[in-house]
Amino acid sequence: MITMGVDVGSTSSKAVILRDGKEILAKAAVPMGTGTPGPGQALELALTQAGLTRDQIDCLVATGYGRLTFPGADHQVSEVTCHGRGIHFLLPEARTVIDIGGQDAKALQISDKGKLLNFVMNDKCAAGTGRFLDVMAKVLGIPVEGLGDLSAQSEQPVSISNVCTVFAESEVISHLAAGAKLSDIAAGIHTSVARRVAALALRIGVEGQVAMSGGVALNQGVVRAMAAELKRPILVHEDAQLAGALGAALLAAERAR
Amino acid sequence: MEEKTTQAAPEAAPKKPKKPLPKSRIMVGEQLAKLYQDTIDAKARGEKIGWSASIFPQEIAEALGLYIVYPENQAAGLAARHQSDDLLAHAEAAGYNMDICSYARTSLAYMDTLTAESNNMPKPDFVLCCNNICNQLTKWFENLAHQFQVPMFLIDTVYNYDPCASDAKVKYVRAQIDDLIHGLEEISGKKMDYDKLTEVMRISQRNKDLWREANELLAVKPAPLAGFDLFNYMSCMVCNRGKASTTAVLEQLIAEIKENIAEGKSTFPVEEEYRVFWEGIACWPYLGHTFKTLKKYGINMVATGYVNAWGLEYEPGDLDGLARAYIDLPNNNNNLETVVGRRIEAHKKFQVDGTIYHVNRSCKVMDCQQYETQRRISEATGIPFTSFDGDQADFRAYSEAQYETRIQGLVEVMEQRKKEREGGKD
Repeated sequence: MITMGVDVGSTSSKAVILRDGKEILAKAAVPMGTGTPGPGQALELALTQAGLTRDQIDCLVATGYGRLTFPGADHQVSEVTCHGRGIHFLLPEARTVIDIGGQDAKALQISDKGKLLNFVMNDKCAAGTGRFLDVMAKVLGIPVEGLGDLSAQSEQPVSISNVCTVFAESEVISHLAAGAKLSDIAAGIHTSVARRVAALALRIGVEGQVAMSGGVALNQGVVRAMAAELKRPILVHEDAQLAGALGAALLAAERAR
Repeated sequence: MEEKTTQAAPEAAPKKPKKPLPKSRIMVGEQLAKLYQDTIDAKARGEKIGWSASIFPQEIAEALGLYIVYPENQAAGLAARHQSDDLLAHAEAAGYNMDICSYARTSLAYMDTLTAESNNMPKPDFVLCCNNICNQLTKWFENLAHQFQVPMFLIDTVYNYDPCASDAKVKYVRAQIDDLIHGLEEISGKKMDYDKLTEVMRISQRNKDLWREANELLAVKPAPLAGFDLFNYMSCMVCNRGKASTTAVLEQLIAEIKENIAEGKSTFPVEEEYRVFWEGIACWPYLGHTFKTLKKYGINMVATGYVNAWGLEYEPGDLDGLARAYIDLPNNNNNLETVVGRRIEAHKKFQVDGTIYHVNRSCKVMDCQQYETQRRISEATGIPFTSFDGDQADFRAYSEAQYETRIQGLVEVMEQRKKEREGGKD
């Protein structure tokens, strides 16, 4: 049985193909989200990698912001459930999952079988989301992937206090104008994101080991800041960005059975 | 052009015939339209008319035969019909900050224009405000009174830190009710007939019981009604709860609900897979989207805070009791323990599977205690919840995609819990 999960995010698209709900045959990530050719490209890339065609996929589950408009999905499942399931596959010991997506952030509690027990999501705005980091990286003039390494060199992180993304952007510009080091600003940005998202996790209750999911999990700066806020280590798998798509492929396998 | 239209027509999906409205819906629509029209007519005859807050002791004005309209009802109605967008912009241009309640902004703009696409109300001769649901109302109504240069009657109820009102508070509010009677007598030139007042109080009690009964019939599983249907009848309790016409509407509604129960039918159009409690005011500008998304996942909203929102209990003729009821009833006038206790009881009674919290940008009073309310209710009942951002009347504070993701996530948790309950499976 071959199944596929496609995570159509707001800023990127991911696809995973599984055999029998156990073995990863292909994985792809494209930095373009819903409303762009990204989702289709992710799908094609994964199919090519696995040497398969769409009609050889027994069940395809779409997840993410663009799940309802993605053509050709057999089912749509929310990213809340998919991230929980995907992380359970990658890191079975995790019971709390923090996912920071392009436009929202969430904290999940999952069972020892990866089932979703509870979740909370961010309120109101982009602060504490991947989009916030994109905006700030742009102000600093560096690629968003570079933020983590940059903040590792920080000695005196600055304080970014605004929760409004636009105001926080002005705050970052003020720090630049005042001659603050880029590394200190990057560390301040990460702390700002981690504080907002850690509050979600604390609201739902942090149980057992904590893992981060989604593309932002690959940013070591955010992971370090999150560990500091929650006062515990954070597990990150190298395929964290694919967790949503992987969860979708796992759920597709359950449904195909 | 014509040819195109002719060709396209057969391909278009046939329009679903609209279901005829139940008799009670027609009655409530006519009743509300009549109230607005009667008030306009009374003003034209030279009678004194008033604008009132929604949980004000309406019994007094009703017994004096005064025509009263309700800015909160006006704002909600305009928002549900997407007719308040220009008014909100007008209010902001006039200097009212977006952080102010959207009902207030709609009303304060209307104060300037006295023109809306529907629900038009004549200029008031007095305003009636009770701060038992919100303190911002006081400033809003003070503005109305100041701009219109008319008197304002304020019933200041004082927040309940204790489970219920002390005798001193009752005395304080009772004195204000006495003042209100004298003030309205003076403005209207009418004399209070206390037998009439007792009769209005009796009718109001009957209506309160009927409203509760109609709501509580949704405790039947599956519910005989789509919970959103009840939003259509709220005007009975907001604007007309001292009138015999409301008794007729609610009796008809209850008869229709009971008929559904007897026939095993429901106005909820799909199978009721999940039952939820809705916390907070409706998101009027997106009533359609909020409802359709729930329907898509088989979720019926069977209970809301509105169930008991007008459960004002008193003995007809007892003005101290009237004062006590207006202090004790509203959730926003009560401490967290009291509110959470009421909610837990409702969650059990209505056998809900989940709770949906509307983080209503307008209502700081409701939002400020919502995290703790969520925590305590879910801890006490084990029922999962989700929350979404929206607003009672401002169309700019809601995202359809964000709402659906949260609802779908809640469904997945409820589904999981259901499986565990049914088969002990994980």
